[in-house]
Amino acid sequence: MIIESSIARFGQYCIFMGRVFSVPQKWRVFGRKFIQEVGKLGLDSIPLTIVISIFIGAVICIQMQLNMTNPIMPAYSTGLATRDILLLEFSSAVLCLILSGKVGSNIASEIGTMRVTEQIDALEIMGINSACFLVLPKILAFMVFIPVLVIFSIATGLFGGWIIAAFTDLISVSRYIYGIQTMFIEWYVWYTIIKAIVFSVIITSVASYCGYYVKGGALEVGKASTNAVVSSYILILLFDLILTILLMQ
Amino acid sequence: MIEVKDIEKSFDGVKVLKGVSATFETGKINLIIGQSGSGKTVLMKSLVGLVRPEHGAILYDGRDLMTMDATQLRQLRTEIGMLFQGSALFDSETVLGNVEFPLMMYTRMTPAERRDRARFCLERVGLKGADEKFPSEISGGMQKRVAIARAIALNPKYLFCDEPNSGLDPKTSILIDELLYDITHEYGMTTVINTHDMNSVLGIGENIIFINKGHREWVGNKDLIYTTTNEALSDFVFATDLFQKVKAYVLEHTHQ
Ligand SMILES: Nc1ncnc2c1ncn2[C@@H]1O[C@H](COP(=O)(O)OP(=O)(O)OP(=O)(O)O)[C@@H](O)[C@H]1O
Ligand SMILES: [Mg+2]
Repeated sequence: MIIESSIARFGQYCIFMGRVFSVPQKWRVFGRKFIQEVGKLGLDSIPLTIVISIFIGAVICIQMQLNMTNPIMPAYSTGLATRDILLLEFSSAVLCLILSGKVGSNIASEIGTMRVTEQIDALEIMGINSACFLVLPKILAFMVFIPVLVIFSIATGLFGGWIIAAFTDLISVSRYIYGIQTMFIEWYVWYTIIKAIVFSVIITSVASYCGYYVKGGALEVGKASTNAVVSSYILILLFDLILTILLMQ
Repeated sequence: MIEVKDIEKSFDGVKVLKGVSATFETGKINLIIGQSGSGKTVLMKSLVGLVRPEHGAILYDGRDLMTMDATQLRQLRTEIGMLFQGSALFDSETVLGNVEFPLMMYTRMTPAERRDRARFCLERVGLKGADEKFPSEISGGMQKRVAIARAIALNPKYLFCDEPNSGLDPKTSILIDELLYDITHEYGMTTVINTHDMNSVLGIGENIIFINKGHREWVGNKDLIYTTTNEALSDFVFATDLFQKVKAYVLEHTHQ
């Protein structure tokens, strides 16, 4: 039963995506919506990204320093570990998990409300492909903007570590800076951006799908937005594993 | 002309439309009347393809909506204007933005021309000075009128209105009826209206289809309705004392 309904939902999702990825009817209107979505989904997520990254960066730095007190460990280990954790996992997977709570529930409730108040039907009646009109700008906007968020997250995360180095006696600033500059592998940056782009598509498309097919009223809109977040979590974790296997070998 | 042939629709095994056939004529006000819950909205949504009937045909001047693919349906819908029972205005747009929306999608008008056309439509529904408000900031009756203005902005060939005057005061209600009557005749539209407002039925009903328990019970017009022998219909239309008196008066004066 569960398998059957999951396959049915996956099929419905694929058909929905087919409708989303079609040519917009009016490019000017599409452009305007795209810019709006960049603001709403992207720019508005910057404060959250910065706050979370600074704190996590600081905590990672403290943890690494406290747990690597063994004199055998080279001087750069704390900085290097902080940098690589941010680069490899935090600023893509964990950041996207957190953002899916904000962005995903926002999208699902917005589209779900439009569904239950017949605004989507009103678009359809005008001969507009409502899936493409509403969802494509969101997916593309978030996809284009997510690398910016990732870069912000890495930078502010490292800054969080620096704050610990500068204002506590745990580790010296020069040692921390030396650490984060040691053995830098450029590919890690690309790896994390590729992952984040995939996750961003998961977040926006799954949330849109959950909102678009709401049936009922306000109660169901709430459920849809919870579903959207939970489904995105699971898919992000799954794809994190798959992409890590594919990209890091 | 829109012809509906024998359409059936059920929800969760309960039949709502049990084989309805009807003809909606061009250049006339076609009313669908019936009790609350009789299936008027379902019938109207079937007409425009938002609800898929299990059986039957829906012919728009010969083109069958039931066999159209997505592209053909989208093409047909550019000729359709619709007012939903719950207005369905876009929350994120202002009143003016809502009315301009179809113009922006389907015409090459400049922003100034669009604004003029939208203001003109809003004036026709008797709404002035609410241009920059958002749907959540205006009353239900005002929302309805904005939705009517949006539906007529492109001068559609086929106009569908689900209860255009529910929630309006009698005076505004008559204004809307007159507006719908005028534009239908002026542009030769095929206008289909769902209503339980007896003023509209007796005022502008040029072609009336009475739906009862999922069947089409009666077809006629506002003059034939006084002399109908159909019990369900006369119970429905002349339910109040006032309309009983109107009926008696009309019958008395036409016999002389
Ligand atoms: N999406 C749906 N799912 C299940 N049942 C539905 C659905 N839409 C309509 N119905 C059922 O169909 C019947 C007819 O509903 P409809 O909305 O067409 O009534 P109506 O004639 O428009 O009434 P009103 O005058 O109150 O608007 C109702 O019994 C309703 O419960
Ligand atoms: Mg109804």
